[in-house]
This record gives sequence, structure tokens and C-alpha cells, in this order.
Amino acid sequence: MTTELEQALERIGPVDASAAQERFLRRAIEEGLVDVAYAPVDSPLGELVAAVTPRGLVRLAYEDGRGDAVLSELAARVSPRVIEAPARLDDVRRQLDEYFDGRRHTFALGIDWTLARGFTRRVLQSTAKVPFGELATYREVASGAGNAAAVRAAGNALGANPMPIVVPCHRVVRTGGALGGYTGGVERKEYLLSLEGALRA
Amino acid sequence: MSLPPFQTVLEEYREDVLRFLIATVGRNEADDVFQETFLAALRTYPRLRRADNLRGWLLKIAHNKAIDAHRARKRAPLPAEDVDPGATDARPEPPDDALWSAVHSLPERQRTAVILRFTFDLAYREMGQVMDSSEEAARRNVFEGLKKLREVYA
Repeated sequence: MTTELEQALERIGPVDASAAQERFLRRAIEEGLVDVAYAPVDSPLGELVAAVTPRGLVRLAYEDGRGDAVLSELAARVSPRVIEAPARLDDVRRQLDEYFDGRRHTFALGIDWTLARGFTRRVLQSTAKVPFGELATYREVASGAGNAAAVRAAGNALGANPMPIVVPCHRVVRTGGALGGYTGGVERKEYLLSLEGALRA
Repeated sequence: MSLPPFQTVLEEYREDVLRFLIATVGRNEADDVFQETFLAALRTYPRLRRADNLRGWLLKIAHNKAIDAHRARKRAPLPAEDVDPGATDARPEPPDDALWSAVHSLPERQRTAVILRFTFDLAYREMGQVMDSSEEAARRNVFEGLKKLREVYA
């Protein structure tokens, strides 16, 4: 008899927590408890993962099956209060759409540089000044970061760019014109430079 | 040690927390207490030192929030139709309505102990951690609770 009772206690039927979760997420945002809000963003280069903090865009990544790793890194290096909140990414999504449609040449987004430190941050900030449709060399952005000799380190810094596309590391190429590498694969670099009219077909 | 993104924790344990709350406070209140539980969890999450028993951590918060809700209900001037929580529970669990009404009418600690033991299959030691009691007290609460339930469920 006890067994029958115990079995009955195991059965509480299926529960659907999705509505409760939606209400919780709304309140978490209202109460300012979300340190990192993220959402997937579609693009012609495949799915992107975008994340913002109250200070601005903190991460933009080519998903490429690495979405979980991207979120884990945000949890470890920014804050573990990482929540999926697509509405908080509306502005980022809209500006990216406009960029890929050829209607936007500069992004008007706040940037949170938490994920880039020291020389890497300076290289990326120097890279952020390269205009739409133009190219710079690794040496030029190294120089812009205060150390013209650190060409290789500048390459590494660009490879660690937490916000490709928005911080346009695709506009940085080798002296002599070879494209060099790219975070998301060199064919994406070619696509972006063609979109901007910076490459002759 | 690094904590997983809170979104992962939410998705992994939201059903467990909701099931626990439906069993302890009933369907009518479970949704509100679910909000309180996860808001409290999110508030303190960055200060959490260990990530090895997140389910136990959440159940402990849910247990405390369920007690808060229970006390608030006792203090509040109740509308007439709200006097008996068992009776107002609009959708008790089929097919064992009688059983779940009986579970809801158990003293608080016995009710929680019985639910943690049988609905969640927690070991007595882990139950003690969730309920801030000794393993022995957890064992006794389950025993007493089951004894009362058997009278109803015979």
C-alpha cells in the first residue's frame, strides 16, 4: 500500500513552465537584474549571436555551432547573469540589417570593451576608425595602437575581436594587398569587402 | 570555477521548480512563487560559490519562498472564497485529486519533505540541505507525513 501511495506521489503530471518563464524574464529586465542580454541575429553570413550590457554591444559572434561557448565566455568574463532577451537587441539587429542591405555605412552603437584588454583593445579601437569601403594594413592599425612594430600582435588582436563586422577587422589586410586571415573564415572577409565595394571582382 | 549562464540554469530547472511549487503551494500560487524564486536566485547568482548542485540551491530558494507565500496568505485578510487553499485550488492534479488535497493539508515541513522525497527522489541528506534541517528531521517529517497520507489514501 505504501508503495502505491509513493508511486502516486511521483505523478504530478507534465508541467509547462514557458509562460512562467516569460513573466519572470520580463520582471528580471524591469528590475535591472540582467547584466548580459543576448539573442540570435540572422545575417547573409549565417546566424550571429549578439550580446549587450547596459553599456553597449559587448559581443557579436558567428554562431557556427559555438553559441554555447560564446555564452559561457560571457558568463565567465562579464557576468553570469546572462539572459536571452531579443527585445534588448532590436537596435543591434536593425543596424546590422541596414548594413547588410547596403543602407548603413557606420554603426551608431555603444560599445562595451570588457572583452578586449590592453593592446588588443587599442588595436580594435584603432580599427574602428577605418571607414566603410576602405582598407588599412596590419602595420597601420598597430601604429594606431601605439606600436608600429607589433604587426604580429596586431594580427592576434584582430583575431580576438569580440565584435567582428561592427568593429571592422575585415578592413585590415596585409601590406601588398593579400587579404590575410579572418575570425569567421576568409570567404566572409571577401563577402564583407565586396559588399562595401572595397574589392575589385 | 565559473558559473554557467543563468539562461542555461533557468531552462534546465524551470520544470523542476514549477513542479515543486505546484505540489507545495498549489497551481493558483505556483506561478507567482516561481517568479519570486527565480528573481531571488538571479539576484544572488553572481555570489554563488559552487555550481555543483544548482537544483538543490533552487529548490531551497523555492522552499523558502513557498513558506513566505504561506505566511503572507495567513496574514492577509482573505476574501471569503479564498479561505481554504485546498478548496480553491482550481485544478488539483488528476487523477489523484484526493491525494494532492491531502498533501496540501499536511503541516508545511511534512508536506515539503514528502514531496522532496517522492516527487523529486531526493536523498535524506540532500533534503536536509534544502530544508535547513538535519537528515534525521527530514526522515521523521517524511515518516509522519506518509502516516497521515495513508489514512486518506487507503
